[in-house]
Amino acid sequence: MDLLRFATAGNVDDGKSTLIGRLLHDCRALLDDQLDSLRRASNRLGEEGLNLAFATDGLRAERAQNITIDVAYRFFSTGKRRFILADCPGHLGYLPNMVTGLSTANLAVVLVDVRHGLVEQTRRHCFLASLFRISHLVLCVNKMDLVDFAQSAFSEVREQFEAFSQKVAIHDVTVIPMSAKLGDNVVERSATMPWYPGPPLLRHLENVHIASDINQVDCRLPVQISLGPRTWAGRLASGHLCVGDEVALLPGGARAAVAGLTVACRAVAEARAPLSVAVELDHDVDIRRGDLLVRVHNRPDLRDDVDAMVCWFGAEPLVAGRNLRLLHGPRQTRATVSRLDYRFDMQTLSREINPPALCLNDIGRIQLRADQPLCPDRYQDNRATGSFVLVDEANNRTVAACMVR
Amino acid sequence: MTALTHLDLLEAEAIYVLRETAAWFKRPALLFSGGKDSLCMVALALRGFRPGRLPFPLLHIDTGHNFPETLEFRDRLVADIGEELLVRRVQDTVDAGHARDEVGPKASRNLQQTITLLDSVRELGLDALIGGGRRDEEKARAKERIFSLRKDAGGWDPHRQRPEFWLQLNGALCPGEHMRVFPLSNWTELDVWQYIGRERLDIPALYRAHRRRCLRTRAGVLLAESPHLAVEEGETVEELRVRFRTVGDMTCSAAMESGAISVDEIIDEIAAARTSERGLRMDDRRSEAAMEERKTEGYF
Repeated sequence: MDLLRFATAGNVDDGKSTLIGRLLHDCRALLDDQLDSLRRASNRLGEEGLNLAFATDGLRAERAQNITIDVAYRFFSTGKRRFILADCPGHLGYLPNMVTGLSTANLAVVLVDVRHGLVEQTRRHCFLASLFRISHLVLCVNKMDLVDFAQSAFSEVREQFEAFSQKVAIHDVTVIPMSAKLGDNVVERSATMPWYPGPPLLRHLENVHIASDINQVDCRLPVQISLGPRTWAGRLASGHLCVGDEVALLPGGARAAVAGLTVACRAVAEARAPLSVAVELDHDVDIRRGDLLVRVHNRPDLRDDVDAMVCWFGAEPLVAGRNLRLLHGPRQTRATVSRLDYRFDMQTLSREINPPALCLNDIGRIQLRADQPLCPDRYQDNRATGSFVLVDEANNRTVAACMVR
Repeated sequence: MTALTHLDLLEAEAIYVLRETAAWFKRPALLFSGGKDSLCMVALALRGFRPGRLPFPLLHIDTGHNFPETLEFRDRLVADIGEELLVRRVQDTVDAGHARDEVGPKASRNLQQTITLLDSVRELGLDALIGGGRRDEEKARAKERIFSLRKDAGGWDPHRQRPEFWLQLNGALCPGEHMRVFPLSNWTELDVWQYIGRERLDIPALYRAHRRRCLRTRAGVLLAESPHLAVEEGETVEELRVRFRTVGDMTCSAAMESGAISVDEIIDEIAAARTSERGLRMDDRRSEAAMEERKTEGYF
């Protein structure tokens, strides 16, 4: 069985929690004691019956305020696939949590209320999904029951979306009319919307093709630790590696051949991303944690200067000259912000050129100068090696998610 | 090449997390109770670090309410793999006056266990504790990070957690902080059992159906008869064919009637189950936010 990771985002009242509750409920992922606990929580807040929305909000503050603050992970499976759902908060104030969910997702589900159409937040969520290179996007046009399941209402939203989606680069977009509350087009095809020819959400999630989401071409193995003489361990970020391959270790450039390869102690002739492996080299070379093992004829450039999109989550504004710790997989170096190129105005999605600073939850493009050379790929070519984070050295907090241009 | 399965992906992720833990921290320890999650973690650690030795000891926080079968299993496993096991006892914490036992008919040592755990962190100078917590277990756990930052006292503050973009783990600590690490974050109970089956891992006999004298509480929960548990009015003791879904503390791990003996039978039973594993633990049934409260106090 394979595994699909997806993220959901929506406005407070778009019915996102209800949709997730419905998916879990109809896939039998909510068990009797969890349903009981849900029923008790619903009753205490004066609701009758079962509020499926409560299935997702785990923290006490969230249940009291009826909002999602943090990413919650949910697990369910069907006969076809295992699913990991990252339920993300929709509010701009919780952007880091949303970015956390998106960063590892194959697919994003964005909800809109059919009566309101595309609102600012929908545009923002779609923009983020495209920025983070999510290959597949599903727009759920929800609350169709409140417009009498009218095709015209759905078409209007879909046209709005199609006009907008030309501005964002997402290859595979699916739009589904839905009533999460009643279950129409969530797990079962809707009987009340026969005019919609496509599959319900769950069928789409089961069948969407994700095998090509990971870069299978460029062999990149960031070295985590040593396991013994000439034996090094790491997780293949992309591509595949074979016994006998001629490899180079960056940034030093030392070369060796792969003498042995194991995956979880099983000897193999070949391994591919994203497996964790141990590599035995044919002779001693100078390696340390954070080096990158690549094939000799396919290697990324070494760079001191990095051009990156950044989502900034630091409490103080980010200004040119700021020093931070940069984590690129297991590789660490100090880096200095040399220039702020632009920031996105999240209301209009237009660019403000040469901004004086990036503030909390701002997204923009910056230039960094690293103390030690890095060997990243471009994010558009390789999500795993084209991303890095920045850490505030004063308090060790992770303050930025970055993507190499 | 054959397609990778969800177990291959979960295994790769867990090994990556364990190796990052070894690299980031000076003195980590792997919490080991002998239960299915911790035996899975030991198996993953062996697969991640052999032919080398494990870069951390195993640590058992012993409530004193163990099933003898679990301790037997624990000692056999540790002897087999030849790695270090440290045991710290709740009884010693109580004897030293750091904690007091609950009194009353369904007294448990769940809260006291947290104090022993935090005492051990200080005594052993641990900067990271690897635990078997899974996000599918409970709704507060669903929000847990893989590297979960704790203050000196071990408390979990959901608002101070670091975002984990692209599984990029940040293990940098300030003085007075330590880390809890959850390599099985994205596993479900079923995944754990499927992995045990695929890897043919040895498990404590308690997980398999056996005959046992059980106490049936008024709420209908079955608990193993033991010296730690007084029979109250309205409760009955009967011999039944049962197995356990969790094997930690005898006083709060509920038994279920079952005939499942092989791992495949156990998997079938869990797949068809209508009750979650936490629903069989008395400690989680105390309040709606029981887990969140205990985590805030430093519980796993």
